[in-house]
Amino acid sequence: MADVRIAGLEKRYGDHLVLPGLDITVADGECFTLLGPSGCGKTVLLRLVAGFEAPSAGTVAIGGVAMADAAAGTMVPPNQRGLGMVFQDYAVWPHMNVTDNVAYPLKLAGVPAEEMRRRASAAVAMVGLGGLEKRLPSELSGGQQQRVALARALVSEPRLLLLDEPLNNLDANLREEMRFEIKALQRKLGVTVFYVTHDQEIALGISDRLAVMDASGRLRQIGTPEEIYEHPADAFVFGFLGVSNFLPMRKGADGWLAGAALAPWSGIPPDCGGDVCRAGFRPSDVILSRGGEGLDGVVQRASFLGSTMDYLIDVAGTPVRAAMHSHECLEKGLMFAEGEACRVSLAAVHWFPGSDAEDAR
Amino acid sequence: MTTAVPAAQPRFGTAQILLALSVAILVIVVAVPVLLIFFNAFWVQGQFNVVDVIKVLSQHETYQALLNSLILASGVTVTGTIVGTFFAWLVTRTDLPFKGTMKVLFLVPFMLPSFIGALAWKMLLSPRSGYINRLFMDLLGLDGPVFDIYTYGGIILVETMYLFPFVFIQVAGALERMDPTLEESARISGADLFTITRKITIPLVMPSILSGSLLIMLYSMAHFGTVAVLGIEVGIYNIPTLIYEKIHQSAGSFASIRTGTVLASVLVVTAAFIMWLQNKVLARGKYQIIAGKSFRPSELKLRGLRVPMLLFCIAYIGFTIVLPTVTIFMVGGLRTYGLPFTAENMTLDNYKFILFDWQLTRDAIWNSVSLGFSAALITMTAGVIISYVIVKMKVRGKGILEFLGMLPFSVPGSVIALGVILAWSGKFGVNIYNTVWIILVAYIARYMAFSLKANSAALEQVHDSLVEAARASGATMWQALKDIVVPLVRPGMLAAFFLIFLPALRELTVSVLLYGPTTRTIGVAIYTLNEDGETVYSAALAGIALIIIVFGESVIKRLFKVGRKG
Ligand SMILES: Nc1ncnc2c1ncn2[C@@H]1O[C@H](COP(=O)(O)OP(=O)(O)O)[C@@H](O)[C@H]1O
Ligand SMILES: [Mg+2]
Repeated sequence: MADVRIAGLEKRYGDHLVLPGLDITVADGECFTLLGPSGCGKTVLLRLVAGFEAPSAGTVAIGGVAMADAAAGTMVPPNQRGLGMVFQDYAVWPHMNVTDNVAYPLKLAGVPAEEMRRRASAAVAMVGLGGLEKRLPSELSGGQQQRVALARALVSEPRLLLLDEPLNNLDANLREEMRFEIKALQRKLGVTVFYVTHDQEIALGISDRLAVMDASGRLRQIGTPEEIYEHPADAFVFGFLGVSNFLPMRKGADGWLAGAALAPWSGIPPDCGGDVCRAGFRPSDVILSRGGEGLDGVVQRASFLGSTMDYLIDVAGTPVRAAMHSHECLEKGLMFAEGEACRVSLAAVHWFPGSDAEDAR
Repeated sequence: MTTAVPAAQPRFGTAQILLALSVAILVIVVAVPVLLIFFNAFWVQGQFNVVDVIKVLSQHETYQALLNSLILASGVTVTGTIVGTFFAWLVTRTDLPFKGTMKVLFLVPFMLPSFIGALAWKMLLSPRSGYINRLFMDLLGLDGPVFDIYTYGGIILVETMYLFPFVFIQVAGALERMDPTLEESARISGADLFTITRKITIPLVMPSILSGSLLIMLYSMAHFGTVAVLGIEVGIYNIPTLIYEKIHQSAGSFASIRTGTVLASVLVVTAAFIMWLQNKVLARGKYQIIAGKSFRPSELKLRGLRVPMLLFCIAYIGFTIVLPTVTIFMVGGLRTYGLPFTAENMTLDNYKFILFDWQLTRDAIWNSVSLGFSAALITMTAGVIISYVIVKMKVRGKGILEFLGMLPFSVPGSVIALGVILAWSGKFGVNIYNTVWIILVAYIARYMAFSLKANSAALEQVHDSLVEAARASGATMWQALKDIVVPLVRPGMLAAFFLIFLPALRELTVSVLLYGPTTRTIGVAIYTLNEDGETVYSAALAGIALIIIVFGESVIKRLFKVGRKG
């Protein structure tokens, strides 16, 4: 069993409270992602789990054993926590070749030479670096170094794998490829993975479950990727998971008004517990027409991006991004020019209370 | 709303112990001696006293020494800058044949101790007995010397030969790194090569020229050897040689020590000012040259001047490097100084005698080797620990470490020696005057900054995550240090070791102020033998020193080449 239980975990540096009391449970064999903006405390959290930092309050337990407990003064050093870790900068040792890098954890564990060689070369092969065993890190590309780091973290078959934005520095193709590989390895080995990133695409693609953290280190929502994408708990989560539009709504004397300029709107939002709310929707959920239902808009910018048309539309003083398939636009005569008027209606709307557009970001 | 945050308890852990230890080492070895100098200079009978300092400075002898230091340093700076800049330009920006080889050869003077060079020039150009002077007097029937080396001009000339590489290195580096597009764009807009050089190249290279010439000035100001060999005989003293004279001749009387400390204070302040100036120049020059990979700069075609220029370079190298070196070895092989160089006058007995039979020279070689080795080992080790605290540990108060460690960079050798005498001749209950230990302590102070620089640079390459990755792999703190940090820092440590060992081996300025009857170093032995008129033995020992130095330098070169590959 290698579940991770984080309870009441708090971390402060001097007066600066980075993590204000977190509760997270990662199940055994699960791939769990913590998603949050840069500087929100992801690395700090991972370092607390790894044992490079001691918590100011709260506990961390791995596999049911307390690793850190601020109240009891428990602090198991990182080398006794039985984990593998991949750092954001890979941290591949420059003076060791690929095999030596990968075999080092086995050497420390006192694995016999013969078995060490076998397992190290299996791990190297597993990440697709067969044939490069004798290379020094300086002779490898960034992606290859990253695989060395991954092989090194996995070679001793740790019960828990910690990953700190390991795909950040890779180019787009390699990032996608590595994402699938990590996922496949995790399934094959059954290892528990705790992954932190600010990249929502990776988080959605790789996780069994994920948690979304805001800039102040508070958790906004925990759930499966589908739950979080389809049912975001609040405007922050919705905004963080992709390109998003927020259209403010206000209840007037004769019905609801939309946009910053308060244009009359015929619909009625679901009960948001007030007279002010926001409609959140993705660009792909915007339906444009030349004279149908909906709000009046003016096309501010039209960009042809190949398979999609990307529009920026002014809807009652609020900018709205819209994306439509190019061929659909062509078929239906919806290729708008800049400055043209259009009608805007919405297919799928998430309603959020309040007007404070600030907390969306 | 305010919440009471419990203040983090200052814990007395490993970090604090290491910090305390490092500060203690640096304070005892570096800070106390330097402070004692100022204290002795400005504190008379329990009172702060400037009038007395001025009185000392206005004595004819001290005043003249200050003036001489200034004259010599300025002269060397001007000639060294001209020579260094010219050769740097020649090997980077023209189509001179064998440029690469020439570039290496122009750096050789760095390796050779200048007082040995001075010794050779004395043998060649001393007014009466110098070989060259005698040759011309005989050939042309002159009754005076062609050139008298015992003059300001002679001293400046000899120092220039050994110090011009400071400018050469900096300027050649800058010319190589300079973005050629800067010049090309000027050329496209129609400027001729002369205008480009005047308007673009020289302004861009100016910071490097200035910083190199300031280094020459710093070294020349505090330089002992050449002036001691060529100047003392005719009464030309600069600050370091006058300090030496004061301490040595008057057997440590209060008045002479005070004169010494006042002179040393002047030297420290001047050196600190030059260092400060140099830092400023470097900081300003940093963004002016677009640093990066080596470009292929446009080359001036020398055309008809190609061969003459090459011959000129070869002549320069032959005259300044080969001739003195050969002279040293030849004189070292003479039966008696002054005899002509004929086969029956030559012998290897001198070399045999000083290597195997003579206690004085054997002691000197042993002293230099063991002192150099111990100083290098101790300074390297202390340097690693102190750099570790400075670079890696998050403890308050490490800024003072950096300051203390780098202090000796601006403290000339004679000042360190004087400070060490003040601190370690019984004032604080420890008297190691006249023993090797006092030289060892002085060497540690002198070379600590070298070690800190090399080790800090190496440690900065070792990112924290490399150590943490080892910890996450199951390594204890000590295993991570052993398997990751030490192997990665080893090249820096090795560099530090040799950066100390080699200079210490040929060192004169510090040990000449500290040596006792049985604690001569190689440098001191060469110098005192020459003073005592034992010229052939002095030359023979100098020859052996040259062999040891060249051997040492090539060992390091090999070592670092292998290290970089492996
Ligand atoms: N050792 C430290 N001392 C003080 N503040 C720190 C330290 N480590 C991290 N922080 C602060 O904690 C916050 C979160 O940092 P981090 O966890 O690195 O963010 P990210 O989510 O981008 O990984 C930042 O504001 C950072 O300044
Ligand atoms: Mg981070």
